[in-house]
Amino acid sequence: MATVYVNDKAVDIGDERLNCVQAAERAGVTIPHYCWHAALSVVASCRMCLVEVGERKVDEKGEVSTVMQPKVVPGCQTPVKDGTVIRTADAKSKDAQQRTLESLLLNHPLDCPVCDKAGECLLQDYSFQFGKAESRMVDEKKTPPNKPDIGTHVGLFTDRCIMCSRCVRFTREVSGTAELHVVNRGTHAEIDVFEGHPLDNKLSLNVVDLCPVGALASKDFLYSQRVWNLKSANGVCGGCSTGCSTHVDSNKDIVYRLRPRFNPRAQGHFMCDEGRLGYHHVNDPARLRQYLVRGENGTRAVEWSEAAGVCREKLGAAASRDPGRVWIVFSPSMTVEEAWLLANYARQLSPFVKLAMGPVTVSGADDTYPKDRKGRPEAKVKFTIRAEKASNARGVRGVLAHFQKDRLDYQHFLQAARGGQVDACLISQGQSPAIYKPGVEEGDALASVGFVAVQEMFASSLTDRAHVVIPASAFSEVDGTLVNHAGLAQAKRASCAPWRGTRTDGQFYLELLERKGLVHAGNLRKEIAKVIPAFKPLESGDLGEYGVYCEKLKDPA
Amino acid sequence: MAAFEPVLLRRLNRPECKTLTGYRADGGYRTLERALKEMSPDQVTTVVKDSGLRGRGGAGFPTGLKWTFLPKGHPGPIYLCVNCDESEPCTFNNRYLIECDPHQVLEGIILASYAIRATTAYFYVRYEYGSGTRTMQRAIDELYAAGMLGKNILGSEYSLDVVVHRGAAAYICGEETGLIESLEGKRAWPRIKPPFPAIEGAFRKPTIVNNPETLANVVNIVERGGEWFKSLGVPPDPKNPRDAGSFGSKLYCISGHVNKPGIVELPMGVTLRELLEVHGGGVWKGRKAKGAIPGGNSMGFCTEAEFDIPLDFNGPGKVGCLGLGTAAVTVFDETTSIVDVLHNLCRFFAHESCGQCTPCREGTAWMLKIVERIKRGQGRLEDLSILEEVADKIGIMPGTTICGLADGAGWPVKTAIRKFRDEFKTYLREGPGKGPSPGMRLQMAGGH
Repeated sequence: MATVYVNDKAVDIGDERLNCVQAAERAGVTIPHYCWHAALSVVASCRMCLVEVGERKVDEKGEVSTVMQPKVVPGCQTPVKDGTVIRTADAKSKDAQQRTLESLLLNHPLDCPVCDKAGECLLQDYSFQFGKAESRMVDEKKTPPNKPDIGTHVGLFTDRCIMCSRCVRFTREVSGTAELHVVNRGTHAEIDVFEGHPLDNKLSLNVVDLCPVGALASKDFLYSQRVWNLKSANGVCGGCSTGCSTHVDSNKDIVYRLRPRFNPRAQGHFMCDEGRLGYHHVNDPARLRQYLVRGENGTRAVEWSEAAGVCREKLGAAASRDPGRVWIVFSPSMTVEEAWLLANYARQLSPFVKLAMGPVTVSGADDTYPKDRKGRPEAKVKFTIRAEKASNARGVRGVLAHFQKDRLDYQHFLQAARGGQVDACLISQGQSPAIYKPGVEEGDALASVGFVAVQEMFASSLTDRAHVVIPASAFSEVDGTLVNHAGLAQAKRASCAPWRGTRTDGQFYLELLERKGLVHAGNLRKEIAKVIPAFKPLESGDLGEYGVYCEKLKDPA
Repeated sequence: MAAFEPVLLRRLNRPECKTLTGYRADGGYRTLERALKEMSPDQVTTVVKDSGLRGRGGAGFPTGLKWTFLPKGHPGPIYLCVNCDESEPCTFNNRYLIECDPHQVLEGIILASYAIRATTAYFYVRYEYGSGTRTMQRAIDELYAAGMLGKNILGSEYSLDVVVHRGAAAYICGEETGLIESLEGKRAWPRIKPPFPAIEGAFRKPTIVNNPETLANVVNIVERGGEWFKSLGVPPDPKNPRDAGSFGSKLYCISGHVNKPGIVELPMGVTLRELLEVHGGGVWKGRKAKGAIPGGNSMGFCTEAEFDIPLDFNGPGKVGCLGLGTAAVTVFDETTSIVDVLHNLCRFFAHESCGQCTPCREGTAWMLKIVERIKRGQGRLEDLSILEEVADKIGIMPGTTICGLADGAGWPVKTAIRKFRDEFKTYLREGPGKGPSPGMRLQMAGGH
């Protein structure tokens, strides 16, 4: 057991190997830092985390003495051990911090009013907390030209850069692509790329999060919102089965960006560009926003309850004729709760209604990082973009396995439909069009089906054949649980309301079930955990920030 | 006082000694032969350690002690890096050594490598030393041809390769870890210490970094013994237990406004005044000296009144300079404007700061901007206190940077302001061209 004293407050750090910055964080003290990042190597070059460090000793007589080192040391580079004393607020360290901030601001343009980072900028925050109010420099600032084309998705505001070199180390150590480097020397040092080799890798946008100031900007988000207007909700990326934890940032029900949320159990600190930019369909005006019923007199828009009524009536009638010819197809991106409600509805119709898994996209092989100089993956993996592009295939399968012994997938369903063995079906296909887009042949397969209800986000070959079209909700609109490749069940929160006039998928299923009330993910989790053993770990209803493991849902090794 | 007989420079004007035959005819490589035959590596280390030899690169760290920091029983490889990235302005002692007596340096390299059990020695030489590099390379080729480098040197068990590596002209490459990074093919950003190079240096292996002059001294110490070495120079100050003494002779470079700029070898402890008057031929054009930089630009200034300091490892520190540094004395005469001198120095350090640590990267550039403005005649009185404060707070001594470049950048600024404050004030009041000096540029003998 090791005890560290931060500003005279004792904090027990167990037997962990921590540096001063981390140890102080345990004690609730912020040591400001720029260049240090938990996922990157230590360079100790920004000199923002300068603190006084000493050692507390107890001699035989029990007298306590503290010996401080004569000079300030960088906290990020100084490991702590039992008896280490850290002083962050004394004159010496305060002075050093003030001076470093003054230095950093000497050539900083202070263009906060037009800077994307303003509001979440560490230069702003630290200047406010640790800095001086005024600069003593009266000379001209240097104004290096911006580099808007430094990357495919990333631009560089050179003058705002504080040379912490986090981005350089990221491309060297995590992505392994090493596009970014430092050119020139001293005050003329800049971040740059080699000509013809822009920052263009599948993890490139992480440098924008890593950048503590507004130097590296995401072209996708640039000038679209002031960050203080954004409302952030904890989400889970639906891009692949890694299930990266995210922040979903939205304003007035419009999603503006996704950012990775640190989760040691899921993905660590980062996320891939594909997942990060995979939100645009949410705000797409072409999204379906009306419940449509196709009758003899053509298609008409109806209220959501009426659409549910039609489904209930038609599916019920078909099930009473021959339940084995009624199919319900589950999307692999729907939440565990939605799958649970829909499966319950199917069982309410009849125990013989067929439950099939929707299409699970698998593209190529798992893409691991870092890469070596020739683009081959290295042995020590720091980040994986998975080939399976479904965010909750394991969760949905876990629910289906409880209700039905046979494992039926999308091909089984299409085969049955083509063979004329389907009387009625409800297809939940709420996947993002970037991940799965139904083909023409799938629509054709439904030609002979008597009743087709399709839940979709966009018009597709399926909705063309549908008798009832149900607008599907996007990932940002539903609360629920997603289970990733490793069986990690994570909770995501809704950040936006569904389109006006529509209901979330779960709410629609409740209506089918004729259950009263609203979808409450926590309560549903408890309900599921009681019934399905595989979901036992969800029994508290709260999955915490990092999620819980459902070992039984893991792929067999 | 009997004239000192040069040791390191004894072959200075004997070009025949540049060749292997010439050098051997002069008694060269006998020490190496004897050491390889009769002495164990640890014995060599002990001789060097006991001689009290301190590094000639600037910091004055005891050489033998540094060698003992290597991990015991390391399976290797261990590397020796010879730091001939001599970029301190006005410093050219190593240049003379490698251009005029390459084999002496090489003998030292082989001896030191033997002592530390190194299998490869990298001779890191600054880009600008073209002639010296070629001379060294020729000497190395001669040694390989004579079987004195490579496998089984002089028939002994010991094998060593010497590789010449040319730098790309950056001051920071003279910092030992910057040099190692540069040697590894990276950007010369000094590493954070610990680990020190002796534990983890070049290619993550134990590495000793030594200056060529230090290694040349090693030859003479092993040849003549530590007692001989200790008979030269200044013994440690008995009142200062941390003083390791300043033994041996030193190559002093004299440049600036003197009649006889050049290099001279003297036992440590010669006073600046004697060096200037006797060996440098006095100030040029019959003028008086205004001040001098006692040991390379990063050591700071001393005024004419302080010329009686002894140039040993402690002397310059007594008058507020950083230390002896490279013992390169630059004198400027009474007509020189201190503003011009300071501007030149600030420009150098702002240009050479590697840009890694914020205080140095921004501080050196800021100081340059202020001094430039003062020079233009737009200075303010508070600029002096800002300069002094910034200079005081950057560097490895207050703990705000990784390497010592910032100390070296700060020292001239603060000593200039402290020692020549009146002149600065006059300049601030009266503007350029109206002060006592015509605004002359320093002539840098070894300059860029």
